[in-house]
Amino acid sequence: MTQPASTLAALTLLLASLLLPATSAAQTDQPSPPNNNSVYAELAKSPKKAATRRNPLADDPDAVAAGSKLFAQHCAECHGEAADGGKKGPSLRASEVQEATPGALFWLLTNGVVRKGMPVWSKLPDAQRWQLVTYIKSLGGTANQSGSAASPQ
Amino acid sequence: MTLEFADDYRRRHFSTLSCALTLLALFLALFPLSAPAQESPYMVTYDHYLEEPGSLEVEYFSTFGTQRGGPDFHAYWAEFEYGATAWWTTELYLDGQTTFGDSTVFTGFRWENRIRLLQREHFVNPVLYIEYEQTNGADKILKEVEGHDVEADYAVPNAIARQEHDHEMEFKLLVSKTFNGWNIAENTIATKNLTGGNPWEFGYAIGASRPLALKASAKRCSHCRENFIAGVEMYGGLGDRYSFGLHDTSHYLAPVVAWNLPSDWTLRFSPGFGLNDNSHRLLIRWGVSREFSGFGATVARLLGAH
Repeated sequence: MTQPASTLAALTLLLASLLLPATSAAQTDQPSPPNNNSVYAELAKSPKKAATRRNPLADDPDAVAAGSKLFAQHCAECHGEAADGGKKGPSLRASEVQEATPGALFWLLTNGVVRKGMPVWSKLPDAQRWQLVTYIKSLGGTANQSGSAASPQ
Repeated sequence: MTLEFADDYRRRHFSTLSCALTLLALFLALFPLSAPAQESPYMVTYDHYLEEPGSLEVEYFSTFGTQRGGPDFHAYWAEFEYGATAWWTTELYLDGQTTFGDSTVFTGFRWENRIRLLQREHFVNPVLYIEYEQTNGADKILKEVEGHDVEADYAVPNAIARQEHDHEMEFKLLVSKTFNGWNIAENTIATKNLTGGNPWEFGYAIGASRPLALKASAKRCSHCRENFIAGVEMYGGLGDRYSFGLHDTSHYLAPVVAWNLPSDWTLRFSPGFGLNDNSHRLLIRWGVSREFSGFGATVARLLGAH
C-alpha cells in the first residue's frame, strides 16, 4: 500500500473509532427512568461534613439569576431547559433533589456521577457551583415530579 | 521573504484556509447544537477535565515559531475531541505546517485517549493519556516537548525532514487539582518511537490558571471577567532512557489566556518564551474552538440508531 493510501486507511479507521463510541454513547443516552433512582441515591452518599455545608450564596440576590444562566450553559443539555429531566439527566425538580441539603447538591456537582454519565463540575469555581445550587433549590418541585415517577423523554 | 514566495505562501495558505472554513461551515450546518464552554487556557498542559459525554469539540490551533539557523515556521493543527463517556475522551489531530521560504506540508495525525482513573474528586486527580502518532519529521506543532528536542531539529528543510516517518506511542500521567478557583496541573510524559531502536523519551508540562472572577454575573455577557481564564504553563524535555535529565533539552515558559464566549466559542492565546539556548526564542500560539453538544445522538440518528 502506498504511503497516502495507508494514511487514508488509517484515518478512516480512526474516524470509525471516533464514531463508534459516539453511536454507542448515544444509544446509552436513551432514557432509562429506573436509573434515576440510582443517580438520586448518589446524593445520600455525600459525606456528612459536605452535606451540612451552608450555601454562602443562599441570600445573594443575584444568585438565582446567575445560577439560571449557568444552568442553561452547562446543565440544560442533559437535564432539560426547565430542569424537569432530559434524555440523559434526571429531573432536578424531583423531591429527591429538592429535599437534599444544599451541601449534598454542591458535593454531587463537584464530584459528578461519572459511572452514570454525569461529569465532575469542579472546574466551575465554588461560587458558581453555589449559584447553581441556589438556582436548583429555587425551582421547588411537586410530589408528582419525584424521581421514581419522573419519565425523562 | 521574496515577492514570489510571499505570493506562493498566500495562495497556499488561503487555499488551506478556505477549505477549512468551508468544512467548518458545513459542520455548523449539520450540527447546530452547541454549548457555551468553560475551557482551560492551556495549550500544552492537560488538566483532569474531560469532554462532556456526547459532546464534540472542534478546535484549530496555530504555533508561530522563530527559528535560528533556518526560516521561521507556522504550524497548525485541527482537533476533534469527543466525550465518549464521562470517564473517556477520544481525540483526533491533523497536523500541518508552513516553513517560510520552504513549503507547506501535511505532517501527520494523532489519536489520543484520556481515561479518568478515579470516579470522584480527590486531592489530586489522575488521568491516563494514551496517544498514537503517525507523523513525519517535518512536524512542528510542538504540542509537547520531550526527550532531547532542541531548536536545531526544526531547521531541517521540509523535503528532507518529511522523509522521516515516525510511529510513536505517547503516554502521560495527568494530575490536576482545582482549589479556590485555581487549577494546578502537572503532566509527566513518556514517549516511545516504534520505528528504529529509539529509546523512551521523557518530558513534562505544568500549569496554573484561574478565572478572573469566581462568581458568575447574572446577565449573559461577553466581556464579564468570569469569561476570561488566565495562567501560565511551563514545559520541556527530560532526556531519554540513557541520558535522563536536563542536558540538551529545551524548555518554555508561556503565559496563557482563554476567553470563553457565550456565543459558544473559545479563543486562546499564549506567547511562549524559550528558557535556554536549545529552545526557540518565541512560540506564539493561538487557538479557536467550539463545542457541539449532542453530537453522539446526532450521529446515532444519522446512522439510523433508535
